[in-house]
Amino acid sequence: MEKFLWAFIVGGLICVVGQIMMDVFQLTPAHTMSTLVVVGAVLGGLGLYEPLVKFAGAGATVPISSFGNSLVKGALMEAESTGLIGVLTGIFEITSAGISSAIIFGFFAALVFKPKG
Amino acid sequence: MSNLKNKKLTLTQQKYKVFAQQRVTQRPVLANCIKAFFVGGTICLIGQLVQWIFMTYFGFDEVTAGNPTVAVMIILSVLLTGLGVYDHIGQFGGAGSAVPVTGFANTVASASIEHRSEGFVLGVGGNMFKIAGPVIAYGVFSAFVVALLKIAIKGLGGM
Amino acid sequence: MLQGHQSWVFDTRPVIIASAAVVGPFEGQGPLADDFDVIHSDMYVGQNSFEKAERKLLEQACEIAIKKAGTQKEDIHFFLCGDLMNQIISSSFTARTLGIPFLGLYGACSSSMEGLSLAAQLIDSQAAQIVLAATSSHNGASEKQYRYPTEYGAQKPPSAQWTVTGAGAAVIAAQGNGPRITAATIGRIVDMGISDPFNMGAAMAPAAVDTIQSHCKDLGRDPSYYDVIATGDLGKGGHRIAADLLAEHGFNLPENIFTDCGILIYSQDQPVMSGGSGCACSATVTYGHFLKRMRQGELKKILIVATGALLSPLSYQQKESIPCVAHAVSLEM
Repeated sequence: MEKFLWAFIVGGLICVVGQIMMDVFQLTPAHTMSTLVVVGAVLGGLGLYEPLVKFAGAGATVPISSFGNSLVKGALMEAESTGLIGVLTGIFEITSAGISSAIIFGFFAALVFKPKG
Repeated sequence: MSNLKNKKLTLTQQKYKVFAQQRVTQRPVLANCIKAFFVGGTICLIGQLVQWIFMTYFGFDEVTAGNPTVAVMIILSVLLTGLGVYDHIGQFGGAGSAVPVTGFANTVASASIEHRSEGFVLGVGGNMFKIAGPVIAYGVFSAFVVALLKIAIKGLGGM
Repeated sequence: MLQGHQSWVFDTRPVIIASAAVVGPFEGQGPLADDFDVIHSDMYVGQNSFEKAERKLLEQACEIAIKKAGTQKEDIHFFLCGDLMNQIISSSFTARTLGIPFLGLYGACSSSMEGLSLAAQLIDSQAAQIVLAATSSHNGASEKQYRYPTEYGAQKPPSAQWTVTGAGAAVIAAQGNGPRITAATIGRIVDMGISDPFNMGAAMAPAAVDTIQSHCKDLGRDPSYYDVIATGDLGKGGHRIAADLLAEHGFNLPENIFTDCGILIYSQDQPVMSGGSGCACSATVTYGHFLKRMRQGELKKILIVATGALLSPLSYQQKESIPCVAHAVSLEM
């Protein structure tokens, strides 16, 4: 149950960081999300994101920053098994589910729904 | 960042900017942060619940539960986007709804839905990543750089 | 005839013999609902895209105005029209339906008064006898083009405005009954360095102030000459800025005279942040609400100052600020 509390708190805090970027630094949502992804990638590279995931569970895996972490993880894992070329071939290994789902279900949505303004 | 912008403005323009700022309703930063905290936290909480369901009832472990959890969150977000609900959540929660992966799915779904009138290939296909494109582009590029740097540093006997 | 530096005085006093305002469901829930000719309950107006819906609104406003004028579209000499869509497709496609010789305009949200002043000039200089001037905007279409897909959950700040879904049209003639166009002031571009597309009121206010001042100077009038001076769509913040700026320059406009169409069109409990905007904002409020009050004898002399923000999504991405313009038309009964 403790995991749920930390998921809520850590997830909320990462979102507050995003809100500050949008309101105080006047970044657009696209800029904000891109920055958080890059931050996630950097923290992932430094080995600091995995401990956060272990601690906060979905509070660290649901925010977009985990996307950056997963991209780095995929690249490093593949590089370890197949050599330097793995950096290119492994990037989408872990994030494939996310991107594929977004495309597939986004497409279904376009088939079924109409914008409501 | 705003100082850089000010350098290109004349003195009159800078004075006007201050004049205008005093008369236009400013963004309620604190209220927005609190709302972002609660909306974002709740979405992550739901994610944690979904992950727990997958681990308890479907036999996934902590690592393998990640993928179906993300897929479920994305489906939920696409549904809410299509039903015309997510934009209201977004107006209320700001970054609380944009930062989680549900926000990413919302960008793809909303762009797809919006551009259907231009056809499925050029409209839906061509505009799907209008807002999400930078996230993928910069995510991949930074992951590439970080991974290379880490391998290089490791190779030089670093970490 | 030219008066002063940038104003026209119309000695023949062209008449607005008919006008029409057509709006969408959201505007129909606002305080001016009774002043509009048609309120649609469906923002798609039975079409399958926002852009086609905007076209339908514009066509309908033009047809209602032509019918009210007791004339046929074949008898109208020129059609002046502008809108917010890329390449002003709403206007062009409506002109195709109407078949009237067409002059396309782009003034962003100042299109209504740009069209009306040019129409009056054509009539006054005997270059035409009947002219149709119109403009339109659609919330869904402009959000899609200028900002984000409508279902996207981006948070709009309090200074943002809500594009009006609607269209306004007016038939102007040399003779007839109705409010008369007595003068117009063509605005120049004013850019005070504001670059936030979610704060257009602040960007446009200096242009409105510049045009009002030029108008008063050219015509030798004091603002108190008018019963109402209404800006197009400055919204709450922009309107406050304009009022204070005018006061600083020695023009004291009492609050009951100086108002804004963007503030009038929606009620306080409608979630529109700073107020309405879009070409249809000044058009529907003027052609629906203000002209009605003039015809009823409540208002004798009004000045409508339509304001436009002349940015594009590309100019914003290339870090440009927002150049703005305001055109003023003086209407007297």
